[in-house]
Amino acid sequence: MDPILEVKDLVKHYPEVRAVDGISFAIEPGTCFGFLGPNGAGKTTAIEVIEGILRPTAGEIFYKGKRRGNSFKNEVGIQFQNTELPQFLTVKETLLTFRNLYDRRADLSYLIETCRLEEILKRDNRKISGGQKQRLLLAMALANDPELLFLDEPTTGLDPQARRHLWDIVRRINSMNRTIVLTTHYMEEAEILCDYIGIIDRGKIIAMGTPRGLLQEHCAGVTISLRAPIDDAVLGDFPCRWFRREDHVEIQTGSPNECLYRLVELGVDLSTMNVRNQNLDDLFLKLTGHDLRA
Amino acid sequence: MFNRIWTLFKARNLEFLRDRSAFAWNILFPVFVIIGFSLIFNDERQSLYKVGIVASGPTVETPADAHLESFKKMKYIDFIPFASEDQALAKLLHHRIDLLINREKGTYWTSRTSPKGYIAERLLRSTADIPVSGFKKEEVRGTEIPYIEWLFPGILGMNMMFSALFGVGYVVVTYRKNGVLKRMSVTPLRPWEFLTSQILSRMYLLLLTTAIVFIGCKLMYGFQVRGSYLTLLLVVCLGGFSMISLALVVASRSGSEEFAGGILNLITWPMMFLSEVWFSLEGADPWVQKASRIFPLTQMIDAARKIMNDGAGFRDVQSNILILAAMSLAFLVVGSLLFKWQKG
Repeated sequence: MDPILEVKDLVKHYPEVRAVDGISFAIEPGTCFGFLGPNGAGKTTAIEVIEGILRPTAGEIFYKGKRRGNSFKNEVGIQFQNTELPQFLTVKETLLTFRNLYDRRADLSYLIETCRLEEILKRDNRKISGGQKQRLLLAMALANDPELLFLDEPTTGLDPQARRHLWDIVRRINSMNRTIVLTTHYMEEAEILCDYIGIIDRGKIIAMGTPRGLLQEHCAGVTISLRAPIDDAVLGDFPCRWFRREDHVEIQTGSPNECLYRLVELGVDLSTMNVRNQNLDDLFLKLTGHDLRA
Repeated sequence: MFNRIWTLFKARNLEFLRDRSAFAWNILFPVFVIIGFSLIFNDERQSLYKVGIVASGPTVETPADAHLESFKKMKYIDFIPFASEDQALAKLLHHRIDLLINREKGTYWTSRTSPKGYIAERLLRSTADIPVSGFKKEEVRGTEIPYIEWLFPGILGMNMMFSALFGVGYVVVTYRKNGVLKRMSVTPLRPWEFLTSQILSRMYLLLLTTAIVFIGCKLMYGFQVRGSYLTLLLVVCLGGFSMISLALVVASRSGSEEFAGGILNLITWPMMFLSEVWFSLEGADPWVQKASRIFPLTQMIDAARKIMNDGAGFRDVQSNILILAAMSLAFLVVGSLLFKWQKG
């Protein structure tokens, strides 16, 4: 199947920063593609260059096999990371205002029902919660019934319940054969929502594939967490990769038995030990040496 | 295209009309100013000089009494009684009064550094029944314009200036700062469509609020418009349009409300003082008078006063109209060319 979006060697440099440093990828229609990376990795810059907000330093962007033309704005939906809403307007008035800016318009009742806005339609924008605001912004991004939807950190700052509500909506939109490109620094969000992910760090894509495929390829083992105080010298020539995090030490290993045996030999207190399967967080740590949430 | 402009026109109007404090301020501010000035400049209360009279103890006839009584009949002077000379002298030293008279002593004091004190002293001395020779008094002929009628076009113009410049300039900058413009930029909306909607909305609101203030003040004070209402409407429309266009130039790029506020103040304050809103520039340096003509507010107030106070017609104010139209076009072109959706 031909990709709906294809990016080749995209570069965006600022005088002192290489925000995006030669990224390439292609997205098939109907899939959800996620940029996963910590704050400052270049996710938002990359997505804003693709959206047409920022001018690229170099590289090519193709939408449906062609360079983005006049119809691009009419056919894509965009939700920014931070957008204030017009003051003194209600939720419904705001949605109608933005919907009327497009030549192609989604059915209003579909937008309201999909984004669960029924109860807040008459509420002033200044009186809605963070989760409700994100749902309204999502409805605004869907106002032109887009084939391609860009969501920049759609759940940042939301409480767990509001985040799960938004995930449900995004999955529903994706199930209606809409293509979604989202950025996130939540490993769990990427695992739940994305068919494909590109892990981005310092402006480069350092790994790309399906979440399961990436984990199978790079993270077949387990992660052992130890909250006990351990001196660096004790783990000096330890046979497994280990990382010191805020208040604990994490050891990544494909041979947990051997690892535990060596820890016992070193006299490390294992009473605070936690063993779990590796996830995208661990993969990021393994690939970059620093934390995804940094 | 028209649908997008109409949509944003409606949305902006709703925002303005629901922002009750801004709406009320736009209407009440000029009314308060006019009421205030009508009270302050009421003929009976319009004092130009303040004279203190020390009168302690029981009243005793003094030789200066006849002269003082004659002086007290003079209009536009407030006579303020003081119980003690020391208290009154302190007021004189701080220029709270212009002249001090102690009738019992037959003494008066003025401040050497006070121009008003000098004039007040000359007035006191002139009441000594010295006949004026070489002059013959005649009454002024023609229609005398009450001060409030002279002031009214200026106040209306000033209100329009603040509404146009801050109402458009500040709002566009705020939209840019908080990302509303960025959000609009990723829709098919074109910059000129956005700018047109903002101009139309503010024009509509300007005319609405100006009409309310105009009708309200006309009912309260019953002043006349001696010229053509149609020409006055044209002048008001072009004046408003030119100042809205000027606001678009100020708001074309900035994403900082503080910076935009500073620039808007930099424009509005000289405009307010040099456009004869409050006082005439008659007698000011010629270069000041010439410089004041570059302001759209000067052109609008000048034309409005000619129409309202002097009964001027279209031909009498056509130069003002042409200048306002040219300014509007120039500001609009510059504002559109400079316009950016995003800061930076």
